[in-house]
Amino acid sequence: MQNLLQTLCDIKAPSGCESALADFISEELRPYADEIYRDALGNLIVHKKGPGKKLMFCAHMDELGVVATCYGEKGQIYVAALGGVVPHRILYKRVRFMNGTEGVIVPDGDENDVLKNIKMGKLYVDIGARDEKTAKAMVAIGESAVFVGDYVDQGDVIISKALDDRAGCYALMRGLMEAKQNAQDVYAVFTVSEELGLRGAKAVGVSISPDYAVALDVTRTGDTASGPKMSTALGKGAAIKIMDSSLITHPIVKERLKALCEKRNILWQPEVLERGGTDAGAVHLTGGGVPSGCISIPTRNIHSPGEMVDKHDLENVVALVTALIEEGM
Amino acid sequence: MYLSELTALSGVSGNERAVRNFIKEKAAPYADAVEIDSMGNLLVFQKGTGNSGKTLMLCAHMDEVGLIVSRITEEGFLKFKTVGGIDPRVLVSKRVCVGEVGLSGVIGRKAIHLLSKEERKKAPEIKNLYVDIGAKDKEEAESKVSIGDYITFNSAYVPFGGGLVKAKAVDNRAGCAVLLDVMQEPCSWDRVYAFTVQEETGLRGARLCARRVKPDMALVLEATTCSDLPETDKHMMSTRLGGGAAISFTDGTTSYNRKLVQRLYQLAEENHIPVQYKQTATGGNDAGIIHVSAGGILTAAISVPARYIHSPVSVISLVDYEAVKKLTKVWMQEVSHAELVTDFM
Amino acid sequence: MKEKLLKLAGADGISGFEFSMENHIRELLSPYCETIEADGMGNIIGTIPGSDPDGRSVMLEAHIDGIGLMVSKVHEDGFLSFVPVGGVDSVILPGAEVTVWDKEPLYGVIGAKPPHLQTGGQEEATAISDMVIDIGLSGENAKDKVSVGDMVCFREKPCALMGEVLSGKSFDDRAGLISLLVCLEELKGKTLPFTIHIVAAVQEEVGLRGAAMVSERLMPSCAFVVDVCHGDTPDGGSESIFKLGSGAVVSFGPNIHPYLSSLAKQVAKEDDISVSFDADGGDTGTDAWAVQVAGSGIPVLLLSIPLRYMHTTVETLHYDDVVSVGKLLAAMLLKLDWEALLCTFQN
Repeated sequence: MQNLLQTLCDIKAPSGCESALADFISEELRPYADEIYRDALGNLIVHKKGPGKKLMFCAHMDELGVVATCYGEKGQIYVAALGGVVPHRILYKRVRFMNGTEGVIVPDGDENDVLKNIKMGKLYVDIGARDEKTAKAMVAIGESAVFVGDYVDQGDVIISKALDDRAGCYALMRGLMEAKQNAQDVYAVFTVSEELGLRGAKAVGVSISPDYAVALDVTRTGDTASGPKMSTALGKGAAIKIMDSSLITHPIVKERLKALCEKRNILWQPEVLERGGTDAGAVHLTGGGVPSGCISIPTRNIHSPGEMVDKHDLENVVALVTALIEEGM
Repeated sequence: MYLSELTALSGVSGNERAVRNFIKEKAAPYADAVEIDSMGNLLVFQKGTGNSGKTLMLCAHMDEVGLIVSRITEEGFLKFKTVGGIDPRVLVSKRVCVGEVGLSGVIGRKAIHLLSKEERKKAPEIKNLYVDIGAKDKEEAESKVSIGDYITFNSAYVPFGGGLVKAKAVDNRAGCAVLLDVMQEPCSWDRVYAFTVQEETGLRGARLCARRVKPDMALVLEATTCSDLPETDKHMMSTRLGGGAAISFTDGTTSYNRKLVQRLYQLAEENHIPVQYKQTATGGNDAGIIHVSAGGILTAAISVPARYIHSPVSVISLVDYEAVKKLTKVWMQEVSHAELVTDFM
Repeated sequence: MKEKLLKLAGADGISGFEFSMENHIRELLSPYCETIEADGMGNIIGTIPGSDPDGRSVMLEAHIDGIGLMVSKVHEDGFLSFVPVGGVDSVILPGAEVTVWDKEPLYGVIGAKPPHLQTGGQEEATAISDMVIDIGLSGENAKDKVSVGDMVCFREKPCALMGEVLSGKSFDDRAGLISLLVCLEELKGKTLPFTIHIVAAVQEEVGLRGAAMVSERLMPSCAFVVDVCHGDTPDGGSESIFKLGSGAVVSFGPNIHPYLSSLAKQVAKEDDISVSFDADGGDTGTDAWAVQVAGSGIPVLLLSIPLRYMHTTVETLHYDDVVSVGKLLAAMLLKLDWEALLCTFQN
């Protein structure tokens, strides 16, 4: 099963270019679904029919990346950020374009000058092209790239790029595969462009119009030297979100998730995240209000090519998703 | 082309009446139905020549950036706030029109002789600026002006240089003018022209149009930033004047469908229409709200590049205007079969 | 009514935790409303049905959530770290007294590290990460009694200053709800053709969320939002600042339906109700912003009560302004011309 997570992490799917990942997920889930389709934005909707209320899960497919905007005479590829890319974190990082071309993010000028006031316009991707013409042949304007970050399985943890939110996609897929029945009408939605402002979720909140929504996403932890003062930590179980900047979890959802954990002996921890949001934030405002919550996977180094999750936490999240599908909200 | 008439009208966000009435009248001969909603969005419905049952929404916002009177001082000066994104550095020493009657005013600031050394270096702040209408006191000012009156730039439509035009409000009367120009063209799909309000205050009107129309596809016609000034790094130029219709592939509010963007670009090239990508990924337009509305709508945006956008002296090239118009027409021919949407998914 | 305001402003209920106020709000609405329902998100809607055959309805809205804090970590030594809920100015925190709500209320004070140990210099405001809530319990006891995610409310009993000036922690926007009650009181014995929905909305302070949801569900024909605006202080300047006791503030601008703002102006003049005018170039920063674009769009007007020291524990207002807003609103409802409202943009 760990191979599934690795495959998910390895697929390139920056915001706006999620279709290859959607293809893979829909193939894997076909045996477990009554209906699979995509909407105009590319959201992948996996429907497992059941009685009663509509219970929607969201995990976003997209990861951070960059997009080519312009060529330089020396073969430079200038890029803009896709999602919350922080310029000072990406200098000399490797990127891989959708067509496979690789490059390195380098300063556009003297390194020390660039570092003084670093912004995307002062960086470019060096793909080894000698001139503009060669560069054009290798990468088209509008082509997107992801950061390179190998998948590593090490002791208790997994380190990889794109665990935000492939870990969530993985948990949702496993939940659908392992649930023995579903108590409610389940929609598992793999959303697009979450990193650009919950865009895919805004659309599916309206088109599916669920009675309850639960997002599966990563959250920060307070267990590192640089972390915020929050209780969430790696290895302490599935995190049940209480609040973030996009959502205050509805008491029905919060209490239900806690009760399922107690009943099934799933290790869990509460999560209060001061800054950040998930698809649940967009969905809960739609259609007159949807009671919503989020099951989070505690993750270190979010939005870097070296995101890190705990395997046991992930198993607890899978167990909680499975429980929710089987027993309903 | 109605660009000179349209740019002459006052239509600050929230007060688009004059623009709406003008467009309503010009569109009437081509309209099967017209609707105006609770915010003032104007929807013009036009049956298609085919029977695919599909709808294309063409969208241009009617509003322009401007000012609004927020207080009248004891001395009879008008304090104001900005409506939409205006850099306060373009305001000092400009002529304006105040309120429905278009009362003349000027934006003043104390003379350079009276500014301290520090003040001269600093950008003026809106809170220190005011409009002078020549009133002798508050009472006289209040006889002509009320809090909440809108203020527009007073700036004429001037053709100049090699095929350039200077005017206020080309963002986005250019888009409105294009839509009026293409209405007589045939199209297989049903069309809805959405002339939206309040784009400049945060894409406010378009969301209602998208929900109302629920089109199968949307095309946004816009004016976009153009920064082709000397000594600008080439990669920091969003668009170039005279470079043709600007197609967005990503901006601050939308990551456009890649296949759709490529198809548009290719169509332009095939038809020898000058075309360019909008190279910077910032800014945004009504596409941002349309594409996530009504369960998700396939949306593209084509823009006329405009130098000094959001100022009284925006400059566009008629070459670019024509290119946007032609590409829009070509697109309407392309929109002919029902399966088109799935081609892009 | 003034007593009701003082009691309501003192109630504990920060954004996302308004459920605890449901009975309190129901009690306030019940003398006026035929039905009262709470939607799934905690919004409370009182309804006075009308006889209008066209089914027209008006929404009168104020938000009931206040700003506060939330426990983010229970430390081994019993101190609590916390995050703000809504726009809390961190300057008001050191030395504030609070209630931590779990199963039972716990008393606590907010302490900060001594100045020389803080992350910023002494010239800077203390960072929230350098503060703790001290509930005086050992680590073990604290973990037993407090959970991450618990609501933390300021402990501040509203009080009267000179004359009709009142001060308390959550006049923003509980005073707005009292204005709505004043309006209903004014309308007693009068029959209106249209249905009225009184909405006590949740989660305004974290992003106008309750209003967005409830207005999309109700889809009223038009809406009136009552909130607070800034009152005059020696250090506040003069732009969009209003004198306490000067009456209701009527908003103009793109967020506001032009017929409704002009009606307010006209009615204030005819009925001699003291008002001031304000204009915003876009976002009014109130629920009106969310209401306007909900569903297929709702014509909305914002009326405001001047308030000093917004988002502190000593928010201060003049009771007469609360009454003025209610009276203006009632007078407007009596003179509402649907034809004029619906035709505003037609020519």
